[in-house]
Amino acid sequence: MTTPSASTLVLSAATAVAAGLMGCFALMRRMTLAGDALSHVALPGIGLALLLGFHPLAGALAALLVGVALVWALERRTGIATETVIGVVFSTALAVGALLTTGEELMDALFGGPAALTGVELAVGLVGSALVIAFAVLARDRLMVALVSPEIALTSGINVPRLNLLFLTAFAVTVALGLRYLGVLLMGALVIIPAATGRRLARNLAGMFAVSIAVAVVATVGGTFLAAALGRESGPVIVTIAAACFLLATLARVAR
Amino acid sequence: MNVLEVERLTVRFGATRVLGDLSFAVPAGASVAVIGPNGAGKTVLFRALVGAIPFEGAIRWAPTVRLGYVPQKLDLERDLPVTGRDLLTARQRLVRAPRNAVAGVLERLSLAPRVLETPIGMLSGGQFQRLLIGFALLGGPNVLLLDEPTAGVDGPGQAQVTRAVHRLQEEDGVTVLMISHDLSVVYRYASAVLCLSHERMCYGPPRTVLTPDLLAELYGTPVGLHVHDDAVR
Repeated sequence: MTTPSASTLVLSAATAVAAGLMGCFALMRRMTLAGDALSHVALPGIGLALLLGFHPLAGALAALLVGVALVWALERRTGIATETVIGVVFSTALAVGALLTTGEELMDALFGGPAALTGVELAVGLVGSALVIAFAVLARDRLMVALVSPEIALTSGINVPRLNLLFLTAFAVTVALGLRYLGVLLMGALVIIPAATGRRLARNLAGMFAVSIAVAVVATVGGTFLAAALGRESGPVIVTIAAACFLLATLARVAR
Repeated sequence: MNVLEVERLTVRFGATRVLGDLSFAVPAGASVAVIGPNGAGKTVLFRALVGAIPFEGAIRWAPTVRLGYVPQKLDLERDLPVTGRDLLTARQRLVRAPRNAVAGVLERLSLAPRVLETPIGMLSGGQFQRLLIGFALLGGPNVLLLDEPTAGVDGPGQAQVTRAVHRLQEEDGVTVLMISHDLSVVYRYASAVLCLSHERMCYGPPRTVLTPDLLAELYGTPVGLHVHDDAVR
């Protein structure tokens, strides 16, 4: 077995904090489905980047930002079946991505791979996590008011369309950060499951944030070690631990 | 002085015209009741007034206006982990009101402090409406838009909401635009009535506007008015 390196763990934990926070807002905004599907759009970006000789995560981020622009434009229009469009477009993206990427690279892109981190990757990853966390903390009041009612947000001086665009961009960055160790298919789970666990247990916002971040970090760090010990890919182990936390929280709530 | 001037306001959702060619002006300190059958575009009018939806025509607010908006009962999940405190504190920080402003608002609206610790999806209709009014009040508004503030609220709750709004008008001179189905409240408190229906609009003092003929036309069936004599006089 290989022991995970300290830099891998630090970056994974920072990503988990970002995912835990962003997941809370995604869940409360009822965009879990859109968020999960959005992460699929990264795959053709990875495929294209590999074909053209770019860093795969740069391709993933570019594709995610295109996905963000699409979701944002759809959210601004009324009378369009957003869910349907997202379902069609993003599933197609997964198919096209799978055609562009093959073999080992496809498996890594879908489920995350154990590749070692370069110094630049670590630095970019940490800066990205810090930006997402800072956004979630600074914009928490505006995000919360806007999800309760866009109209009272507007009359509170909040530029709702701009806030939505920033939120979706931060969401895309979060997904891109997690692709390395969770892959296109499982990153959505790290955003949704810890937040869903927080929602089960918490009665106020601060509580939901705390539980969500804790579950995301514990699953990520614990899962990374456990996967190394078991000689398995880390992504599925991380998501299984998170899911176990959710199950326990659900049982605890039923028992309460 | 007018706080609001609306000129030829038209709102379309796709091919459907929801509001057409609406023009009216609201003087400062007025209390305008917006009435009309379901689907006449009352909430749409409010959403256009706060800039939440695109429209044609002109909506001009006076530059001194600070808007407070109280939406209709919101579709919130019961387990949404946002408490009354989360909501009011966020507003207090957003408008940079002093910290003790939250407690002041609770007292003013006769809201029990435990409302602060309750998730907003679990509050009763009356509690939640007053919390939303409190949210609006934290911004020190001089114009309040209320969308059916007593819908889904029980009798005593309705009286509390109505009293709270009336006190704001009397004591602070707040201009109020309120969507209401309660015609006796409209008669009693409104200085002007704006009626909307698919065919026509009218705007004027309650006594001129609220004739039985017009109400029948507006709602499609004869509407009985249960008004106490002193309110009509």
